[in-house]
Amino acid sequence: MAENSKAAPEAVERYLDSTLESVDNAEELAVGVAQRAGLSEEDLMKIGLAVRESMVNAVMHGNRYSSEKKVRVSVASSPEKFTVQIADEGDGFSFDSVPDPLAPENLMRTSGRGIFLIRSFMDDFQMRHLESGGTEVTLVKNLVSK
Amino acid sequence: MSVNLSTRQVGDVSVLDVTGRITLGEEGSGKLRKALQDLLKEGKKKILLNLGEVSYIDSSGIGELVSGFTTVTNSGGMLKLLNLNKRVKDLLQITKLYTVFDVHEDEAAAIRSFT
Repeated sequence: MAENSKAAPEAVERYLDSTLESVDNAEELAVGVAQRAGLSEEDLMKIGLAVRESMVNAVMHGNRYSSEKKVRVSVASSPEKFTVQIADEGDGFSFDSVPDPLAPENLMRTSGRGIFLIRSFMDDFQMRHLESGGTEVTLVKNLVSK
Repeated sequence: MSVNLSTRQVGDVSVLDVTGRITLGEEGSGKLRKALQDLLKEGKKKILLNLGEVSYIDSSGIGELVSGFTTVTNSGGMLKLLNLNKRVKDLLQITKLYTVFDVHEDEAAAIRSFT
C-alpha cells in the first residue's frame, strides 16, 4: 500500500482519441493526480506503467485506432484510494482468453504481458464489459493516511 | 520522450547504448528493433545492449528485448544485456525473463564473455 499525504480529493475525466499520443496524455494525467495525492516516486512509476498498458489495450486492441471511437479516462483520488478507470468502445474480448505470460510455453512470446504487469503494479484491477459495448478497466492503488 | 540509440564497436562486439524510454511506437520499441536488424544485416552478431540510461520500459519494450534475443540467437549470434537499472531489472524479474538473458554489470567483463 502507498503512503498518502493529506491532499484534497480530486477527480478528472477526459475523452481521448484512439491514438498513441493519448497513451502519453493519459499517463501524464494519472501521474499528475497521483503526484498531488502524495504518492511515492515508486508508486508514480507503477501507476504510470499500469495506465500506459491499459491505454495501449484500449487504443490498439479495443478501439483499433478508430478515429470515430474515444477512450474515456477517469482519475480520482481520495484519502483512501487512488483510482483510474479506462473505457474503450471496442468489441470487447473474453477475459479468460488472456494467456499466462509466466507459463513456460509463453515466456518467450513478444506480447501478452500488459495485463500481468497491471495486476502486478496495482492493488486491485477489475475488468468489465460495458452494456454499451467496449471494455472498462478499473485500477486501484490503496492509500494509507498518516 | 523517445528512445535514442548509438552503436560503438569494441573488438568484434557491437555495443548498443540505449537511452530514454522504450515504449510502444516507432520512436520507441520500433527504433530498437530496427537498430538490431541493421546490426544483423551488417553481419554483426555479438551484440551488447547497454540499458544503463533507460529510464522506462513497458511491455512492448520487454517484447522487443525478447524478440531481439530470439532473432539474434536464431541468426547464430549472441545478445547480452548490460547495466540494468532497478526498474528494468525488477520488470525482467517479475516477468521471469531475468534468467533468460545473460545480464552483466561490468562492460569489460561483458565484452570478454562473448569470446
